[in-house]
Amino acid sequence: MPFSTKLHEYQVVGRKRPTDTDPKPKLYRMRLFSPNPVIAKSRFWYFLKKVNKVKKMTGEIVSCIEIFEKKPDRVKNYSIFLRYDSRSGTHNIYKEFRDITATGAVAQCYQDLAARHRCRARSIHIIRVDEIPAGKCRRPQITQFHDSKLKFPLPHRVIKRSKEHKSKFIAKRPCTYYK
Amino acid sequence: MPFQRFVETGRVAFVSDGPHKGKLVSIVDVIDQTRVLVDGPASQVPRGELRLNQLHLTKFRIKFPFTASTRIVRKAWNDAKINEKWEGSAWSKKMAAKEKRAQLTDFDRFKLRRARSRRNHIRTIVFRNLKKAASRNGTLYGKKKMAKGGDKPKPKKAGKGKSA
Repeated sequence: MPFSTKLHEYQVVGRKRPTDTDPKPKLYRMRLFSPNPVIAKSRFWYFLKKVNKVKKMTGEIVSCIEIFEKKPDRVKNYSIFLRYDSRSGTHNIYKEFRDITATGAVAQCYQDLAARHRCRARSIHIIRVDEIPAGKCRRPQITQFHDSKLKFPLPHRVIKRSKEHKSKFIAKRPCTYYK
Repeated sequence: MPFQRFVETGRVAFVSDGPHKGKLVSIVDVIDQTRVLVDGPASQVPRGELRLNQLHLTKFRIKFPFTASTRIVRKAWNDAKINEKWEGSAWSKKMAAKEKRAQLTDFDRFKLRRARSRRNHIRTIVFRNLKKAASRNGTLYGKKKMAKGGDKPKPKKAGKGKSA
C-alpha cells in the first residue's frame, strides 16, 4: 500500500456478476488512492466485501480509471476523514492538509499517521477526501497559511550537505543566517 | 540584523537542488512550512512544488497576486527585467566566474598566473612610490621624524645610469 512510491487516485466501478436471478446488479463506485491500479482493484474488493456479499470471484470490475488532478497549479486545502486501527481499538480522525493535489494530501496523511500514531497503511481506511475552502478549515496549522500577504524568513537555515561537500570536518563554521 | 529576504509571493529564488538546479523561479504561493508553489516562465521551469530546502532566496521580488496564472507571472517577470538584474548581480557573476575557473585549460592557467604576476608587480611599484611620497610629506611617519636634508642623494654609479 501507499508509501514511498507516488500515489494515484483511481475510480473503480464494480458489481456482482449478473446471474439469472439478478440480471442487472447494482454498480458500486469507489474512489481509491493507491500506487497502481492492481492495488486499487484489490482494495476495491476489500471494501466492497465489507458492504455487500460480493467478492472478486463472484463480481466483476466494470472500470478502473485514473483520476488526475484538475488544477495542479493551485494550492488547496484538503480535509480527510479516516478511520484507523490502533493497538487497542479503532478510531475516527479528521485531518486537514495543504497540497496541490489530492493524492499529495493523502500521501501526507499516511505519513502523518505513521509518525503520530505509529499506524501502518494497512490499518488506515480513508473515508473521504475533500477540497475545502479556506473558511471551512478548522486546524490552526492550516489556517495560519491563509494570508494573502504571508511572508516569513528562513531564520536558522541548515543546508543539507550535498555529495560534493561531504567532508566531515571543515575549517569554518557554516553560516545559517540567510538574511 | 533584521531579515530582508522572505518566503513570499513574488520572491525570486535560485534553485540549488533537484532537476531544475541552477534556474531562477519565483514563489507563487506557500504550501506549508517546507514547500512552496513556484513558477519559472522565463527559465523553463513549469509550475510546481519545490521544497524550501532546494531554494536559495534572492533579493529580487516581483509583484503579482498569489492566484496569478503563469501568464501573469511571466509578464511581471519581464516587466521587472529580472533576467537582466540577475545577470548584473554579484551572485550570478561570482557563479559565472567559478564556472569559468573550473573550465580553464592549462594554458589559460598559465596566462592567468602571468597576468596576475604582472599586475602585482605594477601594484607594488605604485605602492612603493606612494609610500615614499607619503613618508616625505609627513603623512606616514609624521613630520618630526624626517631627516633635515631630505633623502640622501643616490651615489652615481658609472654604467648603471640611475638618476638621483
